[in-house]
Amino acid sequence: MSSPATIRPRSPQTAPAPRGGGDSAWGGPAHSRHPFTALIARDLRLAARRRVEALLPVAFFTVAASLFPLGVGPEPQVLRQMAPGVVWVCALLASMLSVTQLYAQDHADGSLEQLLLSGMPPVLVALAKAIAHWLVTGLPLLVAAPIFGLLFDMSVPAIGALLITLALGTPILSFLGGVGAALTLGLRSGGVLLILLILPLCIPALIFGAGAVGAIESGLSARGHYSLLGALLITTALLAPLATAAALRISTE
Amino acid sequence: MTAHALGCRRGDRLLFTGFELEIHPGQVIWVRGANGRGKTSLLRLLAGLASPEQGEIKWASTLNQAAADTPRRLVYIGHSNALKEDLTALESLQFMAQLHRRPASPQALEDALRRCGMHGHRHAPVRTLSQGQRRRVALARLCLETEPLLWVLDEPFDALDIQGVETLDGLLGGHAQRGGSVVLTSHLALTLSNPQPIVVSLDNAPA
Repeated sequence: MSSPATIRPRSPQTAPAPRGGGDSAWGGPAHSRHPFTALIARDLRLAARRRVEALLPVAFFTVAASLFPLGVGPEPQVLRQMAPGVVWVCALLASMLSVTQLYAQDHADGSLEQLLLSGMPPVLVALAKAIAHWLVTGLPLLVAAPIFGLLFDMSVPAIGALLITLALGTPILSFLGGVGAALTLGLRSGGVLLILLILPLCIPALIFGAGAVGAIESGLSARGHYSLLGALLITTALLAPLATAAALRISTE
Repeated sequence: MTAHALGCRRGDRLLFTGFELEIHPGQVIWVRGANGRGKTSLLRLLAGLASPEQGEIKWASTLNQAAADTPRRLVYIGHSNALKEDLTALESLQFMAQLHRRPASPQALEDALRRCGMHGHRHAPVRTLSQGQRRRVALARLCLETEPLLWVLDEPFDALDIQGVETLDGLLGGHAQRGGSVVLTSHLALTLSNPQPIVVSLDNAPA
């Protein structure tokens, strides 16, 4: 019985908005950024203004990972064996920590409505937010990870493998986190629900990420693991923004 | 643009049904109604942020020649200002302009802020601004508009002082003269005299 709003298409000669090079219609090209890059730049600038909050996931990662040697004991053999798992689990939890706030602020201050009304497809909004999230949280984890490799006495090839898997895996976490953040938008206990929703989806990345490092440690090739992680990354990069966009539409209604 | 037999549901409650609205170029429409009658919901329907429970919204091609899809034929400024606490007034306006593909040259942005009386605060972070000043920064976006689009403004006069109201009246008048149209809500009596706002009341709409 409910009929959606029908928007009559306009006459064909008015083509859709020009992109990229066609920006001159709306002002000088020097200052007209594409909305997509403008959104990423804004999120990075906001993170730079709130450095303490932005660096919280890395701080959490650092503290959590360095607690393990204290708790488990300083046996080099034991530490080396559990290092990939520890680093990966800590990276996963650090990503989850920050992703709960991905859309909450934009939702609260009305920016999200503006993003959806900007004419930029919601999929691009989701993609830009995920990229910005990865740049703010995933990239610092990648920088910090080798230090923990040394702390756990990992071999150099194993540290290399850890970096590759984190480089492939942390974007997966950002993409999946975006879906969860959009789905739980406006809910009172959204943070907890988000972790329950998203953590199970992150398990494949965790298994293949930690598994690759384990394979290198035991002298095997990790190529299969890399390929599977790459496939996971491509799948989530294609599907997660679509799901996020749909969830955003629902939560702003 | 016409809205035909529009119905809106909020949770279990039907806010209004059979609501008819027609907007022509050069009109300023003032939506009135008691609190909770669905003014904001109606504006969100018109902006395309929500889909109606019943009825339909149609766009006539004469209203706007420049834009091809819904988001680009209207400017929506909601009850919240959509400003980021940590950005400065200028940065906020610049982001809005870039996001909506409006002129974002420093000159255009500064002129817009100057017109809204916020030029002196352009480098102040939004969190240091008062409620009225934030509203001015949010409304400065309207100074960048050159096309006769539909403006959908939710309580634009909220928190503005007399001078701010005058500026906004000027903007609305100029926009209507260009052939643009405005739908707005306000709980205060409008001081706008040119064009005379058309009053649409939600209180009479059957619920």
